[in-house]
Amino acid sequence: MGTSGTDDGGAASGREVVAELTRASRSFGKVRAVADLDFALRAGEVVALLGPNGAGKTTTVRLLMGLIRPSGGSARLFGMDPARLEARMKVGAMLQVSKVPETLRVREHVELFSSYYPHPLPLAEVLAAAGLEGLEGRLFGKLSGGQRQRVLFALALCGDPELLFLDEPSAGLDVESRRSLWERIAARKRGGGAVLLTTHNLEEADHLADRVVLLDRGRLLAEGTPEQIKARVAGRKVRCRTTLAAGELERLPGARTVRRDGEMVEIFAAEPERLVAALLAADPALTGLEVRGAGLEEAFLALTGGAGGDPAAPGGPGSKDEQEAA
Amino acid sequence: MSALAGTPETVARAAAPARRRLGRIYWLEAKAEARKAMRLPAFVLPLFAFPIMFYLLFGLAMHYDPLGGVSIAVYLLATYGAFGVMNAALFGFGIGVAAERGQGWLLLKRATPMPPLALFAGKLAMSLLFAVGIVGALIALGVSLGHVRVPAATLAELAAVLVAGALPFAALGLAVGYWAGPNSAPALCNLLSLPMAFASGLWIPFPMLPSFVRQIAHGLPAYHLARLALGVIGAGNREPAAGSVLYLAGFTVAMLALARAGYLRDEGRTYG
Repeated sequence: MGTSGTDDGGAASGREVVAELTRASRSFGKVRAVADLDFALRAGEVVALLGPNGAGKTTTVRLLMGLIRPSGGSARLFGMDPARLEARMKVGAMLQVSKVPETLRVREHVELFSSYYPHPLPLAEVLAAAGLEGLEGRLFGKLSGGQRQRVLFALALCGDPELLFLDEPSAGLDVESRRSLWERIAARKRGGGAVLLTTHNLEEADHLADRVVLLDRGRLLAEGTPEQIKARVAGRKVRCRTTLAAGELERLPGARTVRRDGEMVEIFAAEPERLVAALLAADPALTGLEVRGAGLEEAFLALTGGAGGDPAAPGGPGSKDEQEAA
Repeated sequence: MSALAGTPETVARAAAPARRRLGRIYWLEAKAEARKAMRLPAFVLPLFAFPIMFYLLFGLAMHYDPLGGVSIAVYLLATYGAFGVMNAALFGFGIGVAAERGQGWLLLKRATPMPPLALFAGKLAMSLLFAVGIVGALIALGVSLGHVRVPAATLAELAAVLVAGALPFAALGLAVGYWAGPNSAPALCNLLSLPMAFASGLWIPFPMLPSFVRQIAHGLPAYHLARLALGVIGAGNREPAAGSVLYLAGFTVAMLALARAGYLRDEGRTYG
């Protein structure tokens, strides 16, 4: 696949590999959640696994954590079988948990998880790092959504792990809580720990990661620094009502994909300014013009189309289906 | 073990892995389970209220003829004790495990270096604690209000048999927890507990049950626990206890195997 350069030249490239997948596959029934995936995470590195729902992010994390076994290939954690106790002692995890026992206090939760590790952080330090000072006596059930997520973060870091797994750490959080959590993850990174996070939020990956790995349907789609990835997916969605035919729209400068949505058309463009100028020149009677940031879903479509060399088939019912399947 | 391949740094870290104290983990886990449960009145109250209420109504307030050679207050001590213990273990494990499993909480615990047995030992400790509380309350009521005149040693033996009887039902609850969803587990526990309690003679003394129900009872763990408890107070049917002990041990092993199968099935499930 036509990826941009994968060597970011970052400080991490020479360090010890802490987590590694080698041609790993995992199927659930007939669904191949992860297929022939090669992946390595080095000490001190923050990597974001990015992709839409169903891309295989969570499966990748669970393979690396030894919570599920690969059906093919191998997963290693600190050079060991990830299910081994010695490996787990070096790892902390924030997984997608729909409910945490609500009748335990924050302090009781943290103390219990700390006891699992050989070198846990002092309670006060964990509370400070997760922004839970003053809440240690509160029952979990009495916490707000943002506070709950911070408790899960505290449980992930209380063992002072060398590697943190964060599976959708900011899912369901409001903007402010999300910012606050990012701040805390970034602080962890400055402390030198490796972090593997999954997200479908491009902004989150951009904010936190040294390196982004794009997954789609269980395969590696692209890999690089956030800048490199952004250069590939940054684009705008231009929406309008026009009488121009699909063929004409495709020939507009910078048009990547064209999609019909009822009586509107959507054109995905790398440089929307040039495209809009040309569009207005070609159809002065167009109405309902909108230019919006492309969501990740559109960006993925662009990337998938771009990987084959020519733009994805525009406009037809086929591409609409593909859009929904993605 | 695999230190051969390690860098000096990893070897140094591997050399000092056991600074955590296992005893402390088990202690904290049991404490957490007990706290979690005791802070949930909706869970605690029915577990205590039903056997105590039944005992007050049928064992103490009403006056029946002696049964199996002992007074009704003594007889029902054994059967309502078995009822209370069974429910504490079955509901504690069944609902607790199903809920925490369905919510992803158990998966998060499994991702930590927690010794897997600590979780189950903690839940078992909680069930045993509840069993002790329920049996203790019944005995206290029987002695103080029901004119139960039984040697203390016999009462202690009865309590020990009943509390140990939590084990097969904890195993049954574990199997429920690994096969039922968080929403269906409470219903399933009730579906298992209520008919079994009735057919095993835990509510209505066994000799008063229709004969076809008594036939079924021989295949039920609650019947065998009640038999052992009744044997202790001298109201048993004089059959050797070994058969019931063997049955309960076999039942426990079978339920643990069923729970394990459910756990393995989970592992193969689709995760997002």
